[in-house]
Amino acid sequence: MNAGKTDAIIIGAGWAGAILAKELTEAGLSVTVLERGDDRATAVEGDYPGSIDELRGAIRHRLFQNLSQTTVTIRNTIGQVAVPYRRLAAFLPGEGVGGAGLHWSGVHFRVAPDDLALRSNVIARYGRNFIPEGMNLQDYDVTYEELEPFFDKAEKVFGTSGEPHTIKGKIAGKGNTFAPDRSDAFPLPAMKDVYSASLFKTAAANVGYHPYSLPAANASAPYTNPYGAQMGPCNFCGYCSGYDCYMYSKASPNVNILPALRQDPKFTLITKAHVLKVNLDSDRKKATGVTYLDLRTNRQVSLDADLVIISAFQFHNVHLMLLSGIGRPYDPIANTGTVGRNFVYQTITTSRAWLPSTHYTNLFVGAGGAGVAIDDFNSMNFDHGPLGFVGGSPVWVNQAGAKPIAAAIGGPGGKAPTWGEGYKDAMVETYRHSLTIDAHGSNMAYRDVYLDLDPTYTDAYAQPLLRMTFTWKDNDIRMNQYVVSRIEPIMKEMGATRYSLAKLETGELFDTRRYQTTHLGGGAVMGADPKTSAVNRYLQSWDVPNVFVIGASAFPQGMGYNPTGMVAALAYWSAYHIRTIYLKNPGPMVQA
Amino acid sequence: MKRPSSTRRRFLAGLLGSTSFWLYSGHDVWAGSLATETHPYTPRYFTPEEWRFLNAACERIFPTDAHGPGARSLGAPEFIDRQMDTPYGHGALWYMSGPFLTAPANLGYQLSLTPRDIYRQGIAGADAYTRQHHDGRGFADLDAQAQTALLKDLEHGEMSLGAVPAHLLFEQLRQNTLEGVFSDPLYGGNKGLAGWTLLGFPGARADFMDWVNQEGAPYPFGPVSISGETA
Ligand SMILES: Cc1cc2nc3c(=O)[nH]c(=O)nc-3n(C[C@H](O)[C@H](O)[C@H](O)COP(=O)(O)OP(=O)(O)OC[C@H]3O[C@@H](n4cnc5c(N)ncnc54)[C@H](O)[C@@H]3O)c2cc1C
Ligand code: SF4
Repeated sequence: MNAGKTDAIIIGAGWAGAILAKELTEAGLSVTVLERGDDRATAVEGDYPGSIDELRGAIRHRLFQNLSQTTVTIRNTIGQVAVPYRRLAAFLPGEGVGGAGLHWSGVHFRVAPDDLALRSNVIARYGRNFIPEGMNLQDYDVTYEELEPFFDKAEKVFGTSGEPHTIKGKIAGKGNTFAPDRSDAFPLPAMKDVYSASLFKTAAANVGYHPYSLPAANASAPYTNPYGAQMGPCNFCGYCSGYDCYMYSKASPNVNILPALRQDPKFTLITKAHVLKVNLDSDRKKATGVTYLDLRTNRQVSLDADLVIISAFQFHNVHLMLLSGIGRPYDPIANTGTVGRNFVYQTITTSRAWLPSTHYTNLFVGAGGAGVAIDDFNSMNFDHGPLGFVGGSPVWVNQAGAKPIAAAIGGPGGKAPTWGEGYKDAMVETYRHSLTIDAHGSNMAYRDVYLDLDPTYTDAYAQPLLRMTFTWKDNDIRMNQYVVSRIEPIMKEMGATRYSLAKLETGELFDTRRYQTTHLGGGAVMGADPKTSAVNRYLQSWDVPNVFVIGASAFPQGMGYNPTGMVAALAYWSAYHIRTIYLKNPGPMVQA
Repeated sequence: MKRPSSTRRRFLAGLLGSTSFWLYSGHDVWAGSLATETHPYTPRYFTPEEWRFLNAACERIFPTDAHGPGARSLGAPEFIDRQMDTPYGHGALWYMSGPFLTAPANLGYQLSLTPRDIYRQGIAGADAYTRQHHDGRGFADLDAQAQTALLKDLEHGEMSLGAVPAHLLFEQLRQNTLEGVFSDPLYGGNKGLAGWTLLGFPGARADFMDWVNQEGAPYPFGPVSISGETA
């Protein structure tokens, strides 16, 4: 069935899709957003007290992707047979209006400017030989100065709480001393530090590091954003991560952007619309629209458009490009093609400190984006010369609200039993008197770590699953081990009665059974060279110029920071150039 | 602007008198797993033999001790039985298409068994194994020490239960038991909110504006459930 034509189609109603929809309707285009999941609204999914239900929420995946319909396959190395990711664990993609932006936590970073030109910076400082064999280190081809107005805009839309370091070159607060200069203050003051985070702040400063309160897309006070969307103050209920915020305090596409869009007659949202592929003309240089499956009727529908935005989340973006034949699939053996190249993730390990039994950390109190961090070992903020690795990790106490089922299944930590005799004792001590410190770090790109289509497994719609070939590499393991060793002095200074430091072990393989983060990246990276990037600096496909691919898929490396602030800034950056350049003269914005 | 207030008010009103209760009714898909029956509970999925095994195993995983009640009186077996009738119990949350290949453990679960299958086949296998090694007595008839030893064998996979790897049955039991102990009583476990009381988790209170940083003092209030029950 052909459903006619619209100016622009947007695939996916998460953060990236909502931002592009808002920008393109503002530019006067008719926009249709196709979302494969259900419509979602905080009035329903965030309805209190039914939303405060750990079993139904994070444990039984109320808001997460339904793997029974489609998933990915995973293997560690090229020689292995990939097998399906059958149960959600290592990462938790979203589904339904809002995408993972409805159940994210809200840590809202900009970018460490050095990370945008990491290859150039590493070579300038340490020489070409410092880059290990097989590491595909690349620059983004965009600078922090170019992106700054869009970081600023995203923070104002998200209602971000934070403390600046400098504004227009002048010291403006006690924010992160490593953070780049800002054109304006955060829209809201920083969130309060919970007890464990304040202990960390004092201890980290005492051992000579530079702690700061995390920038959070959790509202520290009532706020109205530029779209007229209203947020209430966060009460530290601890139900950010995995849930819809019942207080309308955590930024989400649903609360911060969609209310304005839903009133716009140029905006159409079609849910239960699973996009099967982007349709291309015969020479594959132009997209004509998309074909989707209407999951309500089980009928295939084609919809035409002049412009197609792929914003379906990092690996779904790559999957759709491969299924549609946009660009050349990456071949790690021949080292040709770009789609699927530079697939990256994030390293994270969680260490624990126990305090004397007179100190209660009240682990259930918290907010997803709040906490205290140090950047002393992130990005290029320290001397990598004698250490011999590329990358780094922020280190933080991010007490997001530990719920009892997850805590109980995770166990008391250390060497304590995970069930039976002795378990309760240890669990009570851990839940009442401990706190955790994460090393949340970068992950570099490698020639043999990539995405392609699986030769065997298919989804419920008979399309091949995406295949991930991924494992931890020596550079990133050593980075993690080094940064974790720098946590030890903080543990001691905090007065921990005991602590356990968690690090990646040498030779450790990626384990799909343990939650890492949902900060996957790359696979359709941005860059200056069409041989090593799938999209140009405006996130426009090099091969099919009326297709833009928005998301963390554009990151050439996995960074130490959480990705969504960067995803949102890139979305606004791309939209700005579509509006000011592309729409006036559709075609490639950068000559290959 | 803020929509939660009406339900929040209703909820807090429900807390005022300890006898005033209202039943939360938004859990349509979950109806099958909600606890509405009164005791004694009659299992819907597990056979009487399996039920005895399940009760004994849950209690060893989370035993009654000086800290308070164990999994059995907290209703964990009832919780698990109810879960067997949910999409989860039927494996409907998992990708269940073949081929089902043998793969390294770190690549995750690769069997075609649903939680219902894991229990049905696994319990039969574990009980048969026990009978062989304990003069014909089933798991539920052993003393606590022998039961614990047997669970340890399961945990470390030192026996085979036919199609169900022993450690898989054990992990299924451990996870579901802890879910039952620590989930909202809506689902049949955590009776009297005793699981939450043990940890000091305040349940559905979900408002800690005044308790962001009290310099390490313990949170002063006990738990409350979604239906308004207090401990
Ligand atoms: C538990 C959790 C905590 C997180 N915390 C943080 C944090 O603190 N800070 C941070 O920066 N980031 C965090 N993230 C990551 C953050 O959620 C993502 O970076 C962000 O949501 C990405 O936005 P997106 O628009 O690219 O994708 P999404 O928000 O995931 O939206 C993509 C949408 O596309 C839809 N879609 C996919 N395929 C198709 C198709 N074929 N047809 C139609 N629709 C399709 C999906 O259903 C989905 O709704 C967290 C993630 C999780 C899961
Ligand atoms: S902690 Fe704050 S932002 Fe997070 S869900 Fe609770 S009220 Fe919302």
